[in-house]
Amino acid sequence: MSRPPGRSGQGPGGGRQLLPRWTGWNDPRLRALVFQALFLAAVLALAGFIVHNTLANLASRGISTGFGFLSTEAGFGIIQTLIDYSETSTFGRTFIVGLLNTLLVSLLGIVLATLLGFVIGVARLSGNWLVAKLAAAYVEIFRNIPLLLQIFFWYFAVLRALPRPRDSLALGDVAFLNLRGLYLPRPLLEPGFGWVLAAAAAGLLAALLLARWAKRRRLTTGRGFPTARAALGLVVLPPVLAFAATGGPLGWELPALKGFNFRGGVTVIPELAALLLALSIYTAAFIAEIVRAGILAVPKGQTEAAAALGLKRGQVLRLVVIPQALRVIIPPLTSQYLNLLKNSSLATAIGYPDLVNVFAGTTLNQTGQAVEVIAMTMAVYLTISLAISLLMNWYNARIALTER
Amino acid sequence: MRNLRLAALCSAAALSLLPAAAAVAGETLDAVRERGELRCGVNTGLPGFSSADEQGKWTGIDVDFCRAVAAAVLGDADKVKYTPLTAKERLTAVQTGEVDLLSRNTTWTLTRDTSLGLNFTGIVYYDGQGFMVKKDLGVTSANELDGAAVCILAGTTTELNLADYFRANAMSYEPVVFDTADQTARGFDAGRCDVLTSDQSQLYALRLKLAAPDKAIVLPEVISKEPLGPVVRQGDDDWFNIVRWTLFALVGAEELGVSSKSLDAMKASPNPAVRRLLGLEGDKGSGLGLPDDWAARIIAQVGNYGEIFERNVGKGSPLGIERGLNRLWKNGGLQYAPPIR
Repeated sequence: MSRPPGRSGQGPGGGRQLLPRWTGWNDPRLRALVFQALFLAAVLALAGFIVHNTLANLASRGISTGFGFLSTEAGFGIIQTLIDYSETSTFGRTFIVGLLNTLLVSLLGIVLATLLGFVIGVARLSGNWLVAKLAAAYVEIFRNIPLLLQIFFWYFAVLRALPRPRDSLALGDVAFLNLRGLYLPRPLLEPGFGWVLAAAAAGLLAALLLARWAKRRRLTTGRGFPTARAALGLVVLPPVLAFAATGGPLGWELPALKGFNFRGGVTVIPELAALLLALSIYTAAFIAEIVRAGILAVPKGQTEAAAALGLKRGQVLRLVVIPQALRVIIPPLTSQYLNLLKNSSLATAIGYPDLVNVFAGTTLNQTGQAVEVIAMTMAVYLTISLAISLLMNWYNARIALTER
Repeated sequence: MRNLRLAALCSAAALSLLPAAAAVAGETLDAVRERGELRCGVNTGLPGFSSADEQGKWTGIDVDFCRAVAAAVLGDADKVKYTPLTAKERLTAVQTGEVDLLSRNTTWTLTRDTSLGLNFTGIVYYDGQGFMVKKDLGVTSANELDGAAVCILAGTTTELNLADYFRANAMSYEPVVFDTADQTARGFDAGRCDVLTSDQSQLYALRLKLAAPDKAIVLPEVISKEPLGPVVRQGDDDWFNIVRWTLFALVGAEELGVSSKSLDAMKASPNPAVRRLLGLEGDKGSGLGLPDDWAARIIAQVGNYGEIFERNVGKGSPLGIERGLNRLWKNGGLQYAPPIR
């Protein structure tokens, strides 16, 4: 079979073919490339036009632009800062403080919501009629009330119920609970504490290796091993021994009532508590339904076969059903995590100093540079959301059912 | 084919996005006249300054100022559309043109006047920042507030002044930040904070909203200057002049003794200053682009500065605030109007 002129590479039957000679406008590939290039140019032109237009309008109205405001002194206080912050810090630092507060409440919320959601989801499928109905009631109630109302409920209901600082609920002299927050002792790490941490890290590593070895042993020889108890011992004992050996290098800073409020120790402000509770309980209701859907998606034959093998109810769930259910659960679970992250911006309603409240609220108002501030805030949320979904997609791919 | 159509659509969309023109002289006045109503940005609910009652009727000093501008420009003080704005959104609302005039107890500062594309037209109310505490705290001075939790509004000069004051006096505090004045009052009432800080006029107004107003006292210290005034967009000098001279007409009328009650009698007065104010002689309204009796309309429908003050925050109101710095210059205060001639 003679090859048409200009065609190189191998003929039919395999091998890569290089691009053939262009045959003019009739060639669909050429047309596709040209149109796509034009389209891309149009999109870029539109984006450039929007940016230029915005800058021109801002300049003509006398509104200052640029990111120079990030190094100006902020001049306002923030009630909860995970890093050092004072009124003389810059606006850029308020951005970091707000970001850390958002991450704090989001991560804690994700953890709590997942735990609670899994429990409620499994509970709804329980054979115990009361447990199942209570779980169903939980889901229906907390799924259907708007989140903002739930936040207000926790904040004002919790606030009204707690006593003033002078009449705090006290756990001995160590912890105090009142209207202004939960005051806990702060651990002060003295020099020898490094050994305790090292021992804990070593114990954790040993526990992980033990778990891997035990699993391999079970898969090859079928002999079991009390992994959970052994791992627990490995994780707990070395740090405790190290702690005793180095003479207890841990001091405590206790909160004490001085004047108006408690000073010292670690404070959990009521805004954080209310937001965390509301977010976790609300998202857990959605996660419970996702978990239930995932479990119901596993064919019933799996449960029956596992029971026939002599596995107990808990083992069936843990070893057979949930691993298969996870493939159905993970994608919608990712969405719920992203929802929780974005819902944390409702913190402005109760004054929790998260990113939106501190940066897109106070800083925006003090500097007046709305475009830059909102763009930065949107970019942050987009980045965190993409990071979360990348992580979850990677996990999803890892646990995917690999067909032989 | 699909790609081509999409590309054409995008180009068309891009071309149709005409650049929005900056504020041009005379533009706002024309827009207001064409629309037939004045769009005014006010507070979400601050008794004495701008608050709505159960029927949705707005009252307050800032509201009355909006009505004065509407009376001057449109001839009817009721042709105003009020947009309640929180502290965070108020400046953006004027910048973007959502409201023609911001009359919302906004403090005149350098940053706001110069780098936000806005202009302050005058000072309607000379105020200062103060503190309010519950009586049973046993505090009599602001210097005893070390370590206190303080309720404040987000995005206000109050926040900044508070930080400055506590830093200057080597005291520490915990800021509890809210969005609206209502929420700060409720937080203070519930005991979430020991101290409520705001402009003194706001403190007296918020005290009325507490469950037990007699149990709260306003501390004597005034820690800052808070000149509150109306705000307009930069670039439209005609509109700026109109809003500025509305305030001067209000103050000038009180200086000359012209009130809504004495207006008819004053129309027959031989005093040249009064006649110029009421548009019976002199340049009248030509410089402002308004009809001759623009000031007379204001006084007839809204009253003069003294009447507005007494009605909303003075003796004729539940707040009962003294004129203080807001007295006329003749009486030792700071309100002074350039002559209308």
